[in-house]
This record gives sequence, C-alpha cells and structure tokens, in this order.
Amino acid sequence: MENIVKQIIDKYGSDSNRLMDILIDIQEEFGYISRKAIELMALTLGISQVDVEQVITFYHFLSVKPRGKYAIYLNNSVVSYMFGRQAIKEAFEKEVGTTFGKVTDDGLIGLFDTACIGMNDQEPAAIINNKVFTRLTPYRVREIVRHMREGRELEELSNESYGDGKNQHPELKAMVSSNIRRKGMILSDDYKTGKVVQSILPEMSPEAVIAEIKHSHIRGRGGAGFPTGFKWEFCRRAKGEKHYVVCNADEGEPGTFKDRVILTEKPELVFEGMAVAGYAIGGEEGILYLRYEYRYMKDYLESVLDKMREQNFLGSKIGEIEGFDFDIRIQFGAGAYVCGEESALLESLEGKRGEPRDKPPFPVEKGYLNFPTIINNVETFATAVRIIEKGGEWFTQFGTEDSTGTKILSISGDCMFPGVYEVNWGFNVEDMLDMVGAYDVQAVQVGGPSGTLIAKDEFHRTLGYSDLSTGGSMIIFGKQRNLLKEVVLNFMEFFIDESCGSCSTCRNMPQVMHNKLLKIINGKGVKKDLTDLKEWGKILLASRCGLGQTAGNPIISSLKNFHHLYEDLIQKDKEFDEGFDLTASVKESCKFVGRVPNFNHH
Amino acid sequence: MSKPILATTSLAGCFGCHMSILDIDERILTLIELVEFNKSPVDDIKTFTKPVDIGIIEGGCCNSENVEVLRSFRKNCKILISLGECAIMGGLPALRNGIPIEECLHEAYIGGPTVQLNTDHILPNDDELPMLLDRVYPCHEIVKIDYFLPGCPPRADLIWDALVALITGDPLKLPYEVVKFD
Repeated sequence: MENIVKQIIDKYGSDSNRLMDILIDIQEEFGYISRKAIELMALTLGISQVDVEQVITFYHFLSVKPRGKYAIYLNNSVVSYMFGRQAIKEAFEKEVGTTFGKVTDDGLIGLFDTACIGMNDQEPAAIINNKVFTRLTPYRVREIVRHMREGRELEELSNESYGDGKNQHPELKAMVSSNIRRKGMILSDDYKTGKVVQSILPEMSPEAVIAEIKHSHIRGRGGAGFPTGFKWEFCRRAKGEKHYVVCNADEGEPGTFKDRVILTEKPELVFEGMAVAGYAIGGEEGILYLRYEYRYMKDYLESVLDKMREQNFLGSKIGEIEGFDFDIRIQFGAGAYVCGEESALLESLEGKRGEPRDKPPFPVEKGYLNFPTIINNVETFATAVRIIEKGGEWFTQFGTEDSTGTKILSISGDCMFPGVYEVNWGFNVEDMLDMVGAYDVQAVQVGGPSGTLIAKDEFHRTLGYSDLSTGGSMIIFGKQRNLLKEVVLNFMEFFIDESCGSCSTCRNMPQVMHNKLLKIINGKGVKKDLTDLKEWGKILLASRCGLGQTAGNPIISSLKNFHHLYEDLIQKDKEFDEGFDLTASVKESCKFVGRVPNFNHH
Repeated sequence: MSKPILATTSLAGCFGCHMSILDIDERILTLIELVEFNKSPVDDIKTFTKPVDIGIIEGGCCNSENVEVLRSFRKNCKILISLGECAIMGGLPALRNGIPIEECLHEAYIGGPTVQLNTDHILPNDDELPMLLDRVYPCHEIVKIDYFLPGCPPRADLIWDALVALITGDPLKLPYEVVKFD
C-alpha cells in the first residue's frame, strides 16, 4: 500500500497543490483513503494531517471508509424521481441486501445517493466505478447486481448498446446519449478544428482578439453573464509572471448537461477556445476543471488533447506563431456543487476545500496560485472560436441586443424530447415548450434550483440576460406534479447538502426554511410561516457566494409565483401552530423507562 | 389604572435568568411599585389566580411538565417573553438533542461513572414524574412567544429596560453595544 501511495504522490511531483489529484487516485486505487495514506501524504507533502482530512471530508466522492468494490452512486435529482427513482432505489436495496449509505458486509457493493450527475435527459441514472449507467429499470438493476456477484468486469455490466454520436468512440464507449436536437454555431459540423489557431491568429494580435470578443458582446455562458471580452482584457492587463486559462466544467446546477454534450461532441472546439484565450491574455497553461461525475470522459478527452498536440493545435509555436505556447491539462473535482463558483473552483484546483474566496481580488488579478487567471464556461470557450473565425460583427446578428449569439439549453422533465437544443437568445418559453413537445405544463424551472420557477402566465418571457437569465438548465413540470412536495423540497435538500458551511447564513437558513416548508406540507402551517419564509429568505443575501445567496430561491420563487399552493395548505383558523405533538414526543422515553404516558394529573 | 401584573417561571433553565432579574438591585423596590406579581418564584405563588399581563419564561422545554406550565402561561398571559438563551434556543440542556434519549437515560442512571448506588439499575418511571421529551425544545416551538430577550443570562439592565418599556409603552432603547453580534 505504502509504495503505491508514494508512487501516486511522486506522479504529481509531491506538490500539495495537486492534493485533489492525489486523493482521487488513492480513492480509485483502494476504494477509500486510509489513515496510513493520510499520514503518508501529510508527511511527504509537508502539510498537517487535518489539512488532508478536511479536504477528504469536503468532497462527496472521497471517503475515509471503504465504499465497496463496486460503489453505486444513484442520482437523487428531481427528474430522477420523476422517472422512477424510488423503484430503482428499492430494487437496489432489495437485490444488494443493504440500505443506501451503506456497504455490504463482504465489502462488495456500496449504495450511495448523489446529486445531479448531468444525465437529466436519461434518468434514472447511476455512476458505478466511474461508469455511467443510464435509463435504469428494476430489471436492469437486478441484472447488474447479479453480474457483480458473479465477478464480471464492469465492461460486461454495461452490456447495453452505446449512446449516440461520439459516445461510441473507442476511448469513450459510454451508454450515455448526447441527444442533440437542435444545432447552431457550436454544435454544427461546419467548423474544421485548428482553423482559427493556424490560419487566423497569425494575422491577429492578442489585442485584436480581445477587441473582436468585446465587439461580439458575448457574455459568460455559465449563468452569471459577465462580459467575456472585459474579463480577458482585465486579465491581460494584470501583472503576473504567469497567466492561467481555466475552463469551468463543473457543471453542477441540477438539470444542466449541455457541457457534457459539448465536451463529448465538440471537445476540440473547447480546447481551441482555451488556446485562443491563452493567446489573448498571454498565458501558456490551461486547465480543464472537470466534475468527477464526468470522469468516464477522461481517456477520451486525453486522447483528443494528444491528437491536437500532434497537429500542433496545442504545444509550442502553435500556428507557427513565435512565442505562442499553450497546453492544457485536465484536473478533476470530487463532487461539490459549490466548486462551480469560480473562486471555490480555484481553491479546489489548489488542492483545498472548495470554499469561495473573499472578493476582491477577483481571479483576473489573483487567481490560480495567485496568478492572473480567467475562468470561463465550456460553452464560452467554444463560442469564442466561432467569433474569432467569423468576426464579432457576424456574431451580433444572432440573438438580441443585450444577449448576442446562441445558447445551448439542457431541457428535461415532462416533455417528449428531452435533450440539448442550441437556440438564439431571445427564444421565449412558450416556443421552447412547443419545440420540445411539452403539453399540460404546470411550471418551468429556469436556470436550475438557484434560478426561477415560473408559471403559465410568464411563459411569454424570453431567454436573455435582461429577462430570464439562464446557464441552460430548463426543467419542465407537468400538471400531475406536486410542486412543493416533489420539486421545491428536493431542491432545498440539495442546497442543504451542498453548502460549504463557511457562512452561517447558508449553513443554517436553508435547513430552517426546509423545516418550515415541511411543516406547511404536513398541514401544520399558518399564515405567519409564509411571511417568515419571505422575510428570512432575505438573510441569505448576506452569504459570500452565489450558492448561498440563491439557496433559498426554490422557496422564495415558488412562494412568489405559486402562492396559491402555499395558501391552500395553511390553516386559516389558526394564528399559531408549531406542529408540536406532546404525545409523540414523550413516547420514546416512556417506552425506555417502562411507563405508560399519562397526561391527566398535571 | 390598576398595576400591570407580572408572572415568571423557570422551565429547563438554571434559575440564572431569575438571578439576573434580582440583579436589578434596589430597583426591585421600584418594580414592586410599578407591577404586581402573580405566579412566580419571586413571591412563591404556585398557580395563576387572575389574568396576567406579562409572562416571563426562563428555560426551554425538556419534559411534559415544562410544556404544561408553558401552555398555562400562554393561556393566562397577554404577552410572553422568552428570557435568555435556554428559552430562546434550548441552551445548554439542548446539548442532549443529538444523542438518543435511551443513551442519555442509560448514562444518567445505569452506565455513567458516577452512578454507584443504583445497583438495581432502576430508571425513574413513577407516574408522578414528568415525562422526558424526545429533545429539548425552545419555547417558541411550543407556543407563540411575543418577545425575546437574549443573553446567558440577559443583563439586569436589559431586563429592567425591557420591562419599563413594556409597562410605560415607550420604545426600548437598543444601543449598538446591546445588539452587536459579538
């Protein structure tokens, strides 16, 4: 064991900034991270043991206890439930013979819940030893578990046919489907990799590249919508020995999966976009921060990078331009939604807990290892290539005045054709629903749980930064869904799980609001609970990062747009009811001391 | 106008908040001029004898008797004040909330290192005893509470100012030193 751990640490140059890579490799090698390994890491990397432990316990996929030879992570997102998760869960528990959160006594199989794994268009889905199993059914579950017991290889367990498009690539062989249902400038097949770095950049100065990006008015595709050209310009101007390009592929917002599809079908476009950014800001190193849920793409993406290096689209003197050296490495997260926040992502890249940093300074000034860094979404980099190819002016003809270009939407939930749709900004919700075949729609969650839940009277609204802003997640809920019980409660549980715990507001308030919602759902709510929820939700705005600030949104937004659902549930004749039940609360202690509860003689 | 009537009680508390009430020192003479006490440890009246204006609660609820008393306060008092950490948050007694009740009882009466005389391993189960709740509850999770005076214990001056403000109807002075976080 010791030797293997040492080899892994050596592989990353005994650099404590690469602690995440080291931990992931150890976890994959042994199925957990032992006390001995922690001691060894602390000693070799020159950090304390608690420094190692606090990183391990922060991330969902790292563990100090064995997770089983086969670790099964079943997605618990709302869409997974809508498509039969409960039956899958029960089938797993029955067949494996243990409950979720546990490992079988023989150490063979572990069952775990996990937050949205980016497969909302093919739920229920699970990750088993880094392989994604989609469209699970009770029959498949029984089969998979039986095969595990027979000792078959993981490869054999996934004996279904592979998904569409590049999912069939020999290095990928995934049963995941890309489900591309509408193509635009990014997903279309009319771009030849390398055209920009080899034929266009040699004629352009870095300043001209930035000017072109600025002229296009493209804004960040991750959701926050910061103008990309300005970000690149700030970074170029910032002083520092090195400049870094980081691609944020920590697609964690439940219901988003378009980055998975872009990286599957158009990885070259993303990597070339990173190279363009490197050229623009004067950086030589790029890092793709990929969420661990997409670990199955590792070999495939590495092979794409190798091929691009061979063709001199990456490496040194790219496009024969003197001094244009740029290469990319892939680094993984380990299961933490908050790492999609750029400063938390940087912390994670540096091998620490993914807790957001105080800002300023912003990453463009002090980013990765305190060097000026740009962090952009997968889609932003891919789009940048098309902008440089065809010009900023060309780009502005797509979309609207304040939201130029196209947007790739991840559409899931109650509709005929869930999948990925690239549309021009300015598309309205009504058209979107008609496009995907969604009928009898009750509500649409725009932008994931941290976004807005809108009702029919707002379906005329358009997608864009000035109206309905979105990173791409669109979840559709039909008339048959119980919004509060099935949807809002699930989203609140998500935020409770994913809080990094740094700010007391986000650590506590989502739990408090969740409990209140539960009380309302259980018929114990009163009018004051509704005003409390509205008022208390505001406290979350004091949190340090976007996750904390929006962690109450599922309740705040449904309270605003679906007020009647709450009104229908609260007790009209009571002013106060905390739902306290004296009889139930003394039951346990009376049973233990051996007496019959008696409420008569006080 | 007759004098406002005051009642106080200590539930799952340590009586520290009541000590803090006494800490208003000689002002207690003024207080007696201003208000009339009803059910309270201060005058040892055990049950409510008339409707009360202000009820002051120290401590949270850890057993069925606490709940009964708290409910009787809500029934008999126009205004209820949660006084101090335990009434507001559960306080020190709520440290048991993460531990199963069986474990707590076992530690207290059977397995704990200081348990020596209980050789028969008797658990208190007389019908006359209050029944333990599954966890310690802050008062506002049982009945509606109108005001909260934080502190462990709340300072005597804060209690005094709050009572005077309630009785006179003047706004309570809350300078920065009183409301600052830490």
